[in-house]
Amino acid sequence: MSSKAAQPEQLWLSGNEALALGAHEAGVKVASGYPGTPSTEILENLSGYQGVYTEWAPNEKVGLEVAIGAAFAGARALATMKHVGLNVAADPLFTASYTGVRGGLVIIVADDPSMHSSQNEQDSRNYAYAAKLPMLEPSDPAEAKEFLKLAYELSERFDTPVLLKSCTRVAHVKGVVKPGKLAKSKVKVGLEKMPAKLVMLPGNARARRIAVAERQAQLADFAESFAENRIEWGDRKIGFIAAGTSYLYVKEAFPKATVLKLGLINPLPAGLLKELAAGVKKVIVVEELDPFLETQIKAMGIKCQGKELLPAIGEFNSAIVRQAVTGKPGPTGFAPVPVVPRPPNMCAGCPHRGVFYNLSRLKVFVSGDIGCYTLGFLPPLSAMDACVCMGASISMAHGMAKALGDAGKGKIVAVIGDSTFIHSGITGLINSVYNKDYSTVIILDNRITGMTGHQPNPASGSTLMGEPANEINFEELCRAIGVKHVRTVNPQDMKATYEVLKEEIERDEPSVVITRYPCVLIPEEKKRTKHPLHTVIENCTGCQACLRIGCPAIHWHPLEPAQAKKLGYKEKQKGYAQIDEITCVGCGLCLPLCKFKAITKGEGK
Amino acid sequence: MKKSGNILFCGVGGQGILLASELTAEALLAQGHDVKKSEVHGMAQRGGSVEAHLRYGEKVHSPLIEPGGADLLLAFEIMEALRYLPYLNKKSKVIVNTQRIMPPAVATGKTVYPENILEELTSRGLTVIPVDGFEIAKAAGNVKAANVALVGALSKLLPIPEAAFIAAIEKRVPARFLEVNLKVFKAGRKAVK
Ligand SMILES: Cc1ncc(C[n+]2csc(CCOP(=O)(O)OP(=O)(O)O)c2C)c(N)n1
Repeated sequence: MSSKAAQPEQLWLSGNEALALGAHEAGVKVASGYPGTPSTEILENLSGYQGVYTEWAPNEKVGLEVAIGAAFAGARALATMKHVGLNVAADPLFTASYTGVRGGLVIIVADDPSMHSSQNEQDSRNYAYAAKLPMLEPSDPAEAKEFLKLAYELSERFDTPVLLKSCTRVAHVKGVVKPGKLAKSKVKVGLEKMPAKLVMLPGNARARRIAVAERQAQLADFAESFAENRIEWGDRKIGFIAAGTSYLYVKEAFPKATVLKLGLINPLPAGLLKELAAGVKKVIVVEELDPFLETQIKAMGIKCQGKELLPAIGEFNSAIVRQAVTGKPGPTGFAPVPVVPRPPNMCAGCPHRGVFYNLSRLKVFVSGDIGCYTLGFLPPLSAMDACVCMGASISMAHGMAKALGDAGKGKIVAVIGDSTFIHSGITGLINSVYNKDYSTVIILDNRITGMTGHQPNPASGSTLMGEPANEINFEELCRAIGVKHVRTVNPQDMKATYEVLKEEIERDEPSVVITRYPCVLIPEEKKRTKHPLHTVIENCTGCQACLRIGCPAIHWHPLEPAQAKKLGYKEKQKGYAQIDEITCVGCGLCLPLCKFKAITKGEGK
Repeated sequence: MKKSGNILFCGVGGQGILLASELTAEALLAQGHDVKKSEVHGMAQRGGSVEAHLRYGEKVHSPLIEPGGADLLLAFEIMEALRYLPYLNKKSKVIVNTQRIMPPAVATGKTVYPENILEELTSRGLTVIPVDGFEIAKAAGNVKAANVALVGALSKLLPIPEAAFIAAIEKRVPARFLEVNLKVFKAGRKAVK
């Protein structure tokens, strides 16, 4: 990952590793972002290079603003995020389009068609159109690196932020990448006062609005001759138009066809598109999700087909493209057989588990949020009732409380992780206090951004670059906001947690319960000596109480009457539960659930 | 020698599928192939079902294997092999780790783990090679190296010299685990006749 003395001729990198290398080769000085699959590893990898400052921001808006500031100061700057992160960062994005840049500014946004790890599958290309910004779309890791370097050239040449669109099948695909030369920006780092360009008040903004229109026209001209927009002439029956991974699926399915490959997908090269249309019998636009290209191409008066053939939902592959275009079913594999689903689960020992078990017992409406703890919605815990976007738990709970009035008292709880609380929950809490709510907020404080792979956050005490940092004090923060009842519990202590939750939920004023215990997957926890619990099989009555916490270390073994009898159980006992001592970390959540002394403390491992 | 191919890896998060597919890719790259791999991380560490598509050839465009397009399936968990049937055709070869990992619905007694999985696979005419990766790794001295035992088995079915895999393991595996991993790899290789 680090820049080694002798560069090998070729590397085999993921898209995200390639983007980090691209940022390094482009001479990026400042990079900020917020984790989000599939974008996270860009900054994680970039932090291993010399000469670049990298950080995790508390959210994407802050990350982009940091990058804007660095670009204003003349440095090449990068912001990274997942598609929904761009919603959070949209405010600075739209106006940075007006100011333009000094040092190059690139925003990498990673989409997730098919929602492998996301709550929606919005198409980020619409942002490029709406914010009037150029957007590049690479198809694989090798292009990802080259396009990022090109993006910095375009940014400085046309005085504009540039969007680079990645997606799951670029970010998490590995491919051959050739390292290249280090680029150098002509812009000098330093502060320069230029208020007409950088202070966006109506008077200045009106002038910049015209500059934006002129820039769009220049970029549209540039798009005609840009080397990454090219027609690959072949068979003339169909001319495909595609960008990114869709281009690869077209090449795979129709190796001999004519393809207009677009590297720059906003603005579009009208001339090149017309040239393609004139040279082929029919034009087919292949693009995942929205008819972004198709709508614009049709508006240019070019006849083409797109979404009437191809799906607008989910990601493509070469078989989907081939079948849609030929209308013939392609080769298929064996018919699927029903297989027990294997959804992800909270880890054995996860500190979130006990909280959700208690919430399911308290029979409250749980306004949820996004993180590992969203898995608390799954059976058998089934203790999350709503989840929309990061930070929404607290504000939605407030809305529910205002809708229900007194009838909602004691019934509404918001749950939010530490990273999510810092991301966008704090403002919601301020609102709840200010506007006199009564709901209870539980901050699930495992001191790390768990879901996306354990990135440090302001509660962790360290930075992305591995330096010690201030650890935010949630108790003091909540009190300063005006929450009078702030209590902290160890969520592994089931009984104490239950009692604190019950008291606070019944309270008529806003309260915060901080459940603090480290994530089991952080290195310090992994190294800790574990004392897995032990099952005394003879004592198990098959009551299944221990199964209600949904721990992956507790397994149910069904029994036929004869088997049960042979094991010394009553014939009608349906089975027994057993702890898998390899998986168990000895958190002890299940201990108080067993009333028959079938679970005991074990030896250290 | 076959010039291109599609290998599908599947299993459960935490089984070391990532390293196994990396080692295979490394060996293929050293033979001068273009190689692309696609995987979904997201929740990989949380015990969900995990897959990785590995494609090699002179020039690989798409990073995804088509339905029915896998030449080889390396299933790290026996029931997971069934889940990926739509990627297999009659000529596909399947290496199955015989380990069973209970999904939540089975662990909590809501349903039972399917029986006769190997028969389900062979009855479709597939070449099925069961391998007990856990036992092989245990016998060689490191239970955590079951993934490398499976790579050993896979190596026997690929037109690549054994040395390419050994070089990949030497490159990727930390020195203190190297010896035991090489031992596991060789034992895994022997498991395929
Ligand atoms: C706007 C936005 N940015 C990023 C993400 C990706 N994401 C989902 S959950 C999560 C972090 C959760 O961390 P935390 O709140 O600490 O909970 P944990 O997973 O540790 O339980 C992130 C970054 C997202 N869904 N939406």
